Amino acid sequence: MSLFEVENLTIVFDTSAGPFTALDGVSYSVNNGEVLAIVGESGSGKSVAMLAVMGLLPDTATVTADKMNFEGRDLLHMTAEERRKIIGKEIAMIFQEPVASLNPCFTVGFQIEEVLAEHLKLDKKSRRVRAIELLHSVGIMDAVDRLSSYPHQMSGGQCQRVMIAIAIACEPKVLIADEPTTALDVTIQKQILDLLLQLQADHGMGLIMITHDMGVVAETADRVIVQYQGSKMEESDVLTLFEAPQHAYTKALLSALPENATGDRLPTVGEFMVEQQPGDSA
Amino acid sequence: MSETIAPASENARLKMLSEFWHYFSQNRGAVVGLIVFGLLVLIAIFAPLIAPHGPFEQYRDALLTPPMWQEGGSARFILGTDAVGRDILSRLIHGSRYSLFIGVVVVTIALTGGILVGLIAGYFRGWVDSTIMRVMDIILAFPSLLLALVLVAILGPGLTNAMIAIAIVLQPHFARLTRAAVLSELGREYVTSARVVGAGHLRLMFVTILPNCVAPLIVQGTLSFSTAILDAAALGFLGMGAQPPTPEWGTMLADAREFILRAWWVVTFPGIAILVTVLAINLIGDGMRDALDPKLKRS
Amino acid sequence: MFRFILNKLALIIPTFIGITIVAFAFVRVLPGDPILLLAGERGVDPERYQQLLVQFGYDRPIWVQYFDYLWGLFQGDFGNSISTKRPVLGEFLTLFPATLELSFFAIIFATSLGIPAGIIAAVRRGSIFDQLTMGVALTGYSMPIFWWGLLLIILFSGTLGWTPVSGRISLLYFFPAVTGFMTIDSWLSGQAGAFRSAVSHLILPTIVLGTIPLAVIARQTRSAMLEVLGEDYVRTARAKGLSPRRVIGLHALRNALIPVITTIGLQVGVLMAGAILTETIFSWPGIGKWMVDSISRRDYPVVQGGLVLIAGIVMMVNLIVDLLYGLINPRIRHQ
Repeated sequence: MSLFEVENLTIVFDTSAGPFTALDGVSYSVNNGEVLAIVGESGSGKSVAMLAVMGLLPDTATVTADKMNFEGRDLLHMTAEERRKIIGKEIAMIFQEPVASLNPCFTVGFQIEEVLAEHLKLDKKSRRVRAIELLHSVGIMDAVDRLSSYPHQMSGGQCQRVMIAIAIACEPKVLIADEPTTALDVTIQKQILDLLLQLQADHGMGLIMITHDMGVVAETADRVIVQYQGSKMEESDVLTLFEAPQHAYTKALLSALPENATGDRLPTVGEFMVEQQPGDSA
Repeated sequence: MSETIAPASENARLKMLSEFWHYFSQNRGAVVGLIVFGLLVLIAIFAPLIAPHGPFEQYRDALLTPPMWQEGGSARFILGTDAVGRDILSRLIHGSRYSLFIGVVVVTIALTGGILVGLIAGYFRGWVDSTIMRVMDIILAFPSLLLALVLVAILGPGLTNAMIAIAIVLQPHFARLTRAAVLSELGREYVTSARVVGAGHLRLMFVTILPNCVAPLIVQGTLSFSTAILDAAALGFLGMGAQPPTPEWGTMLADAREFILRAWWVVTFPGIAILVTVLAINLIGDGMRDALDPKLKRS
Repeated sequence: MFRFILNKLALIIPTFIGITIVAFAFVRVLPGDPILLLAGERGVDPERYQQLLVQFGYDRPIWVQYFDYLWGLFQGDFGNSISTKRPVLGEFLTLFPATLELSFFAIIFATSLGIPAGIIAAVRRGSIFDQLTMGVALTGYSMPIFWWGLLLIILFSGTLGWTPVSGRISLLYFFPAVTGFMTIDSWLSGQAGAFRSAVSHLILPTIVLGTIPLAVIARQTRSAMLEVLGEDYVRTARAKGLSPRRVIGLHALRNALIPVITTIGLQVGVLMAGAILTETIFSWPGIGKWMVDSISRRDYPVVQGGLVLIAGIVMMVNLIVDLLYGLINPRIRHQ
């Protein structure tokens, strides 16, 4: 069953240097229990699409699409108020810089319980219990102490776990993870990815993983979308992508992996993109 | 700013200047401020030619005449006359010379003194730094106008002494800024490389480090320019600054105080002159701050 | 946190010593004979001069004089006013409540208008409201405030006749000073119309004194909010589906207020300086006017004492602001 259906999404930003097209007619879909990875380098527009779905883009952005549905509900033409009932509850998002993404003035407990109060309307006692539960489920064992901690007192990995706890607090149907491990140490990266996959499997969520790291894609994804400068280059299931990439850009990304290095020079994207056009090759 | 090489070449400077102008001119208020300020400078330079009367000429037959458009006014005295029959417009025009002069002198003294002190404090650190910064703190512990008043009390009332007093009061701001900038630049690689090559203390301070601290100093300079004009006017108003019959705008307001209910024009116009001047400078200062602040650079 | 407090306290001591040195040196730096200046007498015969010399301690080495001076300060002896012959400290304590009351209302005026204006200007960046508010704020601190006061007097007291021209309360009323705050004392006195008179006398001076702090606070709030609104944690708050009111009013504002509170505290120093001009214009019997009058009357013991007292107060307020900052900034409060 398709949770998420976005068709022909275009996002144009109004900048001082004229309109800038961050995303040009890209389509996405995510099903129940599926992990979709969106891969691309900086400026490929991979985050922008998801921010548009969440309604987190500034007013300078014009969002147009043929369709933008969540469980059949039209996200595009919804009022801001209606959308606020969905995000944080049924669709949740975590971001790249975990420590900066938490409010330095409030305790971790406050920030988790806030979501519970807002969407689930739990009372004080139930909120506390549920917050401790959530912290346990993301691997923070000294949960009771952590509830009264401030973000700056915790490490990046711990903060990301808290962010995940906040995100899954209301048992969302889709979790969007925007480069969740990029800012973390390599050893912690694996832990967080494993945690995300485990939670995804336990709750049957759809997981959208935005990343620039093909290694992460290999570890986590079921399906992959490759983006470059606002357009979709390729979309396929993960095995096909790695074994038989269609588009030149995908080939370029794969050969840029140190593991695939042969010879004494790493190839550049430019060398692969000589004659290719952007295209959808699913 | 570059990390390893200090931008000393001509080309780099020109590029920085044009980039600065690009951002500055985007700010409409700043451009308006610049134009107004330019006009003021012209008025000050050509004051004797522009003013219809001399600033000290008293017309005994026209004491406290209202402005031209009011009943009892005349075209001879467009903005009216004061209590001893002097033309207000002419005095305002000549007064612009004093205000600009005050701004330039005060900022020059405060800037030079502050930079020297800040450079020494930031560069040598240790007890030199602590002592200097304590002295700055002490100056800053006194409310600025109060300290200026007391200094003028010591030195004697008058415009020169008022300028010196204000410069002393404003100097710690420059010292602090310079010191902070020096401290952050000291850790940079280009300083280390210059030191390795064998640059002496003086050269390091003035040639290597100082040019890179310029941006916040310029912004503070414009702010201090307007503060200087306001403080000098305040001292003039209290009778401690420029003395009558000098046509300094603040002093004009001191004379006018007893007539506020009888002759509103004697009070209003000098104040407007101060307001317009200071506003123009502050607009320029704001524009400079936005243009020089790297954080706000838009693509 | 404890270390933070200790550090701040430690810094005050040398500054305070410095202030006393400045005040101590002040009389000796003035043109003229310091002994005669302190006594307020002129053309004295040698016998009287010798008397005064010993009275003021000038026969002792200078560092002894300084320590005597310092010791005197700690005991509350700031010398005696030449004009009134009364102790400087006593006069200060009588007049200070007037300045305190005025400053108090000025800050209330400035914050209650400035903070909301700054918040709205930031949230609606670039809008007409934003440009207008910031334009007004810029004009506010580009004005000479003594002129602003005169202008308001011309308009509201002269032309419209709505407000009185000077003083703290109409001369009709007389009652004992319980707190020194005219608003409280007039209320307590129970005399009909007294409270109203006190309030109407406060209106114009409060606006005049509070104009610059209002402008500065509005601008500071706006820039603090703008910076905070771009932070990641605000995006997270939005992503949680919280209402805009909660995102801005709670998540953003709590962080933005931290630098703003510092600004508010530092405005106290501005108020002390601004009080000089405001009190002069409105004949408000506070310490600002007292200082100005004393300087022109050459009442140097008052000037000397006033310097220490006023600077001391500004220093204490800055210390409190520093400590408060440590308290409300969670990064400092919790290690």
